[in-house]
Amino acid sequence: MDLYEHQARELFAEHGIVVPRAEITGSPKQAREIARRIGGRVVVKAQVRTGGRGKAGGVKLAADPAAAELTARQILGMNIKGHTVRTVMVAQPVDIAEEFYVSYVLDRTAGRFLAIASAEGGMDIEEVAATRPEAVARIPVDPAEGVTTATAARIADAAGLPPRTVDVLVRLWEVLVREDALLVEVNPLVRTRDGAVVALDGKVTLDDNARFRRARRYDEDDSGHDPLEAAATAKGLNYVKLDGEVGIIGNGAGLVMSTLDVVAGCGARPANFLDIGGGASAQVMADGLSVVLADPSVRSVFVNVFGGITACDAVADGIVRALDTVRLTKPLVVRLDGNNAARGRAVLDGRAHPLVEQVTTMDGAASRAAHLATTP
Amino acid sequence: MAIHLTKESKVLVQGMTGGEGMKHTRRMLAAGTDVVGGVNPRKAGRRVDFDVPQSLNGLGGAPSSVPVFGSVAEGMDATGADVTVVFVPPAFAKYAVVEAADAGIGLAVVITEGIPVHDSVAFLDHARRRSTRVIGPNCPGLITPGQSNAGIIPADIAKPGPVGLVSKSGTLTYQLMYELRDTGFSTCVGIGGDPVVGTTHIDCLAAFQDDPDTELIVLIGEIGGDAEERAAAYIRDHVTKPVVGYIAGFTAPEGRTMGHAGAIVSGSSGTARAKQEALEAAGVRVGATPTETARQVLAVLDV
Repeated sequence: MDLYEHQARELFAEHGIVVPRAEITGSPKQAREIARRIGGRVVVKAQVRTGGRGKAGGVKLAADPAAAELTARQILGMNIKGHTVRTVMVAQPVDIAEEFYVSYVLDRTAGRFLAIASAEGGMDIEEVAATRPEAVARIPVDPAEGVTTATAARIADAAGLPPRTVDVLVRLWEVLVREDALLVEVNPLVRTRDGAVVALDGKVTLDDNARFRRARRYDEDDSGHDPLEAAATAKGLNYVKLDGEVGIIGNGAGLVMSTLDVVAGCGARPANFLDIGGGASAQVMADGLSVVLADPSVRSVFVNVFGGITACDAVADGIVRALDTVRLTKPLVVRLDGNNAARGRAVLDGRAHPLVEQVTTMDGAASRAAHLATTP
Repeated sequence: MAIHLTKESKVLVQGMTGGEGMKHTRRMLAAGTDVVGGVNPRKAGRRVDFDVPQSLNGLGGAPSSVPVFGSVAEGMDATGADVTVVFVPPAFAKYAVVEAADAGIGLAVVITEGIPVHDSVAFLDHARRRSTRVIGPNCPGLITPGQSNAGIIPADIAKPGPVGLVSKSGTLTYQLMYELRDTGFSTCVGIGGDPVVGTTHIDCLAAFQDDPDTELIVLIGEIGGDAEERAAAYIRDHVTKPVVGYIAGFTAPEGRTMGHAGAIVSGSSGTARAKQEALEAAGVRVGATPTETARQVLAVLDV
């Protein structure tokens, strides 16, 4: 999961990285109070988990506490790339002498982390890398060694950063390792006119697989999320809302992705991604169906299951029992194939629900579901 | 021949005595795998009896008593094992793979899903230094039909044959195996959908190219990363056998993870379209659906 800037800022501070004085709030009145406390002139920054806040008008300078209140009022409630601004960070401005870029990112191809650093901070790093690749240093980090002072010095040197940034590079690596992060990025990292090195903005992506050993808990919040996705998350379902009219339920991430594509190839648009995984119990099927059917744009539902480890008769039992608890309001096209497919199909035939029909091939079933969703 | 796994392979199972380990060890035995031992320091010295069902392809059928060893090294000394299949839970998987690599095992197949990426980076690096090949993590393993099955791929789907298959996705592997069940496979390798994996498409392409039993290669990819683009470049330069591809995720929205931790489109990179174009430019036929992909395979094999 991606952290908010203020959460990243807190992690940085805990690991001894200097950050500007700041507080967060969801209220314009409090923004004024905070501005008064930290010296009058402040920066008000929208807290959303997406890039491009500045361009969208989500980061503004306010000259005094009254202006801070007004600015906070403008920014709160803004919609930035589908994310609603619920809180703002009110921060002390920093007297910038130089701006740098530093990050640690996962290099999937090499199977290790990569330090990326540039003396040209404050801009879109991908743009800098595209137009002036020589301005961006990319140094692989040895997994067994990590970032020692010597490695950090090499990174700083390669990017043309001043020696004062070495300590920050080491501490930032500590953040990455201790917090099980997949990305830490500071853009810009600045040198102030009085010589301090300050992390002015921060982006941290945490590894969801490491949640079990992370001491700190982050609430999954729903800003920027569809209410259906929030409902699905609450039920532990792996669901992504899309814009179409064919609801999709399948087993296995690859097969479900493929199912969306095949439906799209039949001239309809998939309404969602939903992977119910290997187990596919009646409860999971019922939960999945209820989330998919709650989507008002869904006009047909396609259940696509290949029984590899899962047996199709167990999946069919799951569907039949789910039909007892969920009122089916739209046609359901089911394709069962693989392990125990014949028995599974017989179970569904036995239930003989008027809105359920079976098609034995994936392409045929996708075409049928697409037809049902697009015919008036 | 086949790649990475044959009937000569002697297989250890780390985490055999757990629920998933028990279930799949039984299935592996039924598929003809020579499972020579389990590893669990707390249960060393015991034996576990498996009532092995006869599989559809005539393998298995005899009950089997599998010894449990205290460590991978002990198991290797006692049995000559050269493959380990890891079912150890995410929190301990790193130590399991490091132990196996330190013992000098040739191949570690890591089935475990949900391993923290920092752990995967660490054990993959460790294994690389000790020349242990890792398949996975978060993968279904590999099967050489009629010979051996290391992992959780259902063994009854397909028979031996001329097609080599490499895939990021488990269920898509099963789907393609089923579509081509009458043609059959040399080896099917599920390399896993995590952001970092030990064995890549390219590693398998190279092995299939050198494998006399493989006449045609099926490559299944999905959105995220650039493994398929790199595979395309490799095919152009090094693979003379026909390759048929399939890519999942054309309808995936940018910036959202689609089930697999590694399946995410970032900006214009990692898209299905870019992968398809790269493969086609390298002379790979790319099917529009799994079924159509299977038809392309049959057309190339002219069966």
